[in-house]
Amino acid sequence: MPAESNMLLAFIFIPLLTLLCLLAVKDLNRIRWISAAGMGLQLLNAIHLLVQFLIERSSGNLDPVLFEIQEEWYTAIRISLHFGVDGISVVMVVLTAIVTFAGIFASWTVSYWTKEFYFSLILLSMASFGFFISLDLFTLFFFYELAVIPMYLLIGIWGSGTKEYAAMKLTLMLMGGSALLMVGLLGLYFYSDPTGTNYTFDMLKIASVKIPIDAQRFFFPLIFVGFGIIGALFPLHTWSPDGHSAAPTAASMVHAGVLMKLGGYGCLKVATMLLPEAANEMSWIFIVLATAGVIYGAYTTIIQTDLKYINAYSSVSHCALVLLGICMLNRTAMTGAVLQMFSHGVMTALFFSLIGMIYERSHTRDITRMGGLLKVIPYLGTVYIIAGLCSLGLPGFSGFVAEITVFIGAFQNDDMFHRVATIIATTSIVVTAVYILRVVGIFLLGPVAHEEYHSLKDARWFERVATVTLLSAIVIVGIYPFWFSDMIYESLGGVVMNLGR
Amino acid sequence: MDSWSYIIWIPLLPLITFVAIGLFESRLTEKISGLAGCVSMGISTFLSYCAAWQYFFISGKSEEVYRKIITLDFTWLKLSPSLSVEWGILLDPVSVMMLVVITTVSLMVFIYSTGYMHGERGFARYFSFLSLFSFSMISLVLATGIVQMYIFWELVGVSSFLLIGYYYDKPSAVSACKKAFIVTRFADLFFLIGILIISWYGSSLDIQTLIARLTDAGSPEFQAIKNETFLGFSVLSVALLMVFIGGAGKSAMFPLHIWLPDAMEGPTPVSALIHAATMVVAGVYLVARLFPVYAISAPDVLTVIAYIAALTSLFAAVIACTQFDIKRVLAYSTISQIGYMLMSLGVAGWGGDREFGFMASQFHLFTHAMFKALLFLCAGVVIHTIHSNYMQDMGGLWKKMPITNIAFLTGCLAIAGIPPFAGFFSKEDVLTAAFEHDKFIYTMALITAGLTAFYMFRLYFRIFHYGTTAHHHDAKEHFSIMLIPLGILSVLSLVTGFIPFSEFVTPSGKPFYYHMHFNLVAYAVIVSVAGIVIATLFFYRRSALPVALAGKMRVIYLAVYNKFYIDEIYLFVTKKIIFNCISRPAGWFDRHIIDGIFVNGTANATGRVSEEIKGLQSGNIRHYLWFFAASSVIIILLFLFIYQP
Repeated sequence: MPAESNMLLAFIFIPLLTLLCLLAVKDLNRIRWISAAGMGLQLLNAIHLLVQFLIERSSGNLDPVLFEIQEEWYTAIRISLHFGVDGISVVMVVLTAIVTFAGIFASWTVSYWTKEFYFSLILLSMASFGFFISLDLFTLFFFYELAVIPMYLLIGIWGSGTKEYAAMKLTLMLMGGSALLMVGLLGLYFYSDPTGTNYTFDMLKIASVKIPIDAQRFFFPLIFVGFGIIGALFPLHTWSPDGHSAAPTAASMVHAGVLMKLGGYGCLKVATMLLPEAANEMSWIFIVLATAGVIYGAYTTIIQTDLKYINAYSSVSHCALVLLGICMLNRTAMTGAVLQMFSHGVMTALFFSLIGMIYERSHTRDITRMGGLLKVIPYLGTVYIIAGLCSLGLPGFSGFVAEITVFIGAFQNDDMFHRVATIIATTSIVVTAVYILRVVGIFLLGPVAHEEYHSLKDARWFERVATVTLLSAIVIVGIYPFWFSDMIYESLGGVVMNLGR
Repeated sequence: MDSWSYIIWIPLLPLITFVAIGLFESRLTEKISGLAGCVSMGISTFLSYCAAWQYFFISGKSEEVYRKIITLDFTWLKLSPSLSVEWGILLDPVSVMMLVVITTVSLMVFIYSTGYMHGERGFARYFSFLSLFSFSMISLVLATGIVQMYIFWELVGVSSFLLIGYYYDKPSAVSACKKAFIVTRFADLFFLIGILIISWYGSSLDIQTLIARLTDAGSPEFQAIKNETFLGFSVLSVALLMVFIGGAGKSAMFPLHIWLPDAMEGPTPVSALIHAATMVVAGVYLVARLFPVYAISAPDVLTVIAYIAALTSLFAAVIACTQFDIKRVLAYSTISQIGYMLMSLGVAGWGGDREFGFMASQFHLFTHAMFKALLFLCAGVVIHTIHSNYMQDMGGLWKKMPITNIAFLTGCLAIAGIPPFAGFFSKEDVLTAAFEHDKFIYTMALITAGLTAFYMFRLYFRIFHYGTTAHHHDAKEHFSIMLIPLGILSVLSLVTGFIPFSEFVTPSGKPFYYHMHFNLVAYAVIVSVAGIVIATLFFYRRSALPVALAGKMRVIYLAVYNKFYIDEIYLFVTKKIIFNCISRPAGWFDRHIIDGIFVNGTANATGRVSEEIKGLQSGNIRHYLWFFAASSVIIILLFLFIYQP
């Protein structure tokens, strides 16, 4: 086994080791530092992976997936631990590492059951890493399920507000998605071999099999909707506002930042890549839904007054853009979709971390009860404004790169239907500006609303670590998008080839 | 000398200043941040003068034509094999001219601001935002690609937003900056759609390539876009109109002008730089940049532009006559003057004499930047001294502020178009171009010229004469650094008119020579002088005339005074329609229909069903026996039914 392959296994083993270490300690500070160290190591590993990947590619290695590693897991039905990464997975792994690392620091002040909290959080992120590097559909599904469960605990135990309701709703809706997914994935399994002898869960193998169109028509919607639910596909998105607003800060960050991306990733790499004929035929349904989601999410955000609801609904709008990009079924739009996944992940994590920090100080998330916070907590206020500017697609931040790529890509389809959908989706840039500026205007700008706000303290060191990490990612991708976009663009070759076969 | 590598430093220096001041904002003293801003801007200005000298007089020309020079080019974002976002620096007469305007006015404003903003909270923040603006504006005019242009287009928008909202604890400033950003963003949406259409048909994002393809009737791209129609118009016309709407948003053309008067909430030097001299002419620049496409392939759009611009220009001049906030008067005057520039572009065409309008618009852009910046900076000195924006608090200041008085008078004479001030020459050219193309537009422009002279001198007299009004007795002009830019800009407002513009800035790069038409000149000057005379009668001394006149035409006066109620119409659309008729129902729908009926409904239904069937597990052995027997019978029957022999 070549040394590079261990790099992928490390994505599972580093969190596992961290979890084991966590079990062994009791001291609060040690718990924090072990988590921070583990996730810091993971972040370094992710960056190392990124660099190695770029080196391999620039040295002319054109394999569709790199650093492959395969171990038999359950031979009876040919399930194997099959890991490997392409450009898209690398981007997602980097995203996960960044968000989790920031999440550890953003939850520095969790006051009760801290060990269990960090345990669940790291378990969640481990599952996401596993998901993104899996090439075996069963393993993929296994990690997907593993990621959904800790969320229930995180919301139910450390949440706020109507946490039981929210936790239940989120978990059940996502489980509903899993049920559809399960059927879809088994469908793929049983059509994976036309001769009927060597069924496989291996995505690379299934990609080269042409599944009969009747079966595709049946399984494509199942898989797309199954993944779509966690990607906030309209109208199955309502778990997101309740779930995110009840969840503790770091859980919202990881969930909105990473877990919602499992949806987009699955829609792209499982539904579209493995069932391309059905994708060509049925994408229009999801274009309609995604366009509706973009606009609907944006307009609904305008009247929200709870900071977390605002961010959750705007996430519906931004994530719908991911699905829109995927459904446009061309290379540019799909590149944009993946960029948007990264951009939205980092940005929304930043938003949620800031909201948590602001809530800790003002003890309310209702914007109408706050005002003039920029003057008393200038650092947090400024970062919130920057995140807002990223969200409304200001050039120089990652949001712009993603949006313009999706829009230009979407416009390459030269029929009226796609054009109209694209133009409707572009109008969201105005609505986004309206709600972002409205929110900023109400609770950050203006005169200081309450006397006692003058005693508020600005960001502490761990809060700065969390925000600076996320902010750097936004700015780096905003200014140097070509690293990511080229990587993603060439990795989409397989999908595009399948779509055109 | 043919090296252009230093050009990159012109935008880069302000960028570095922005980042440096922005990062260490809280630790910097006023002196350091002010000095850093001025020095880096000074170097940029010097370099851009070098560039202008080198371009216009040494190596810009080949075979008597100014060529387009691209000095930097790299791929920033590759979108598809044919489309990629390139970053580059383009030098041609228009961009070099803009470079000079932007850096000159920026430098003046930077120097002025060190005095004006002295002692303000967030002095360093102010300079970092100002540097960000200069960087984005310079990069905007140097852009080679249309997406690159859009990027900086957005960045100047956001720096304008940040600077309008500089006094962010003032509610009026907050709503002004929101309004400015959202209105221009709305216009940018059309720009974006225009880019999408043009880039798809032209299959390129590079402006020069697009121009080449879309003006050549033989190219396949041109054929494709010409043959496609949308609502009866050629798609090319629609796309170019969309792009123009983007420009109209930034340049505050009717009906997207509403943000500019409110933008006066920002510090006065900001208004001078962004909302008078540079950013607001971005729309003019945009149309000028794509001018060959407009002129050759879609002259119908140019006509639309000319009419919208002429109307806006007249409309804004009328409103300016009734306002009392001195900065608002200047803002409406800016809208009116930009209307002149776009009108002049609109009446221009490709080749021969018709290129004259293009030259005139650029000339007017250039001189307007100088005298409007001057007027704003003077107004800033007045506001700084009186601590009020309103004419009612002013009057008789000429004695107390002699230098400002002279500078302001210079600006007024220049904008009124009195020879030999700069405005005279450029305005004559604009009017001549309009006269030769369309008499109706010319008439509107001529009326506007008269109104301009009237409201500017109304403004001047109300500030510096009009008897004496009660104001602070200690109001007195102190010598300060703020007066230096006033002096320089006054001189520029006097001399820039003598630049033979037609020898430098033309759409095709070919210089031409012309003479003024003396009878046209006479009309314009007579109209302007008439405006000044009326203003003198009304406002030199306190008189009952204006009030009486306003009383006679009460309805009209009120309509104009309230800016034709356009703000109210906008408010109605946004608040009533978008907020209450779209967003609120959408939010309700999400909570009560999707969530209430579908999601919770499913959950409740499941709960109820389980409530119902849990009675089956009664624990009663007799019930179980019954179920057992009944089920067995049913199963056996089923078997028999399915596997019947």
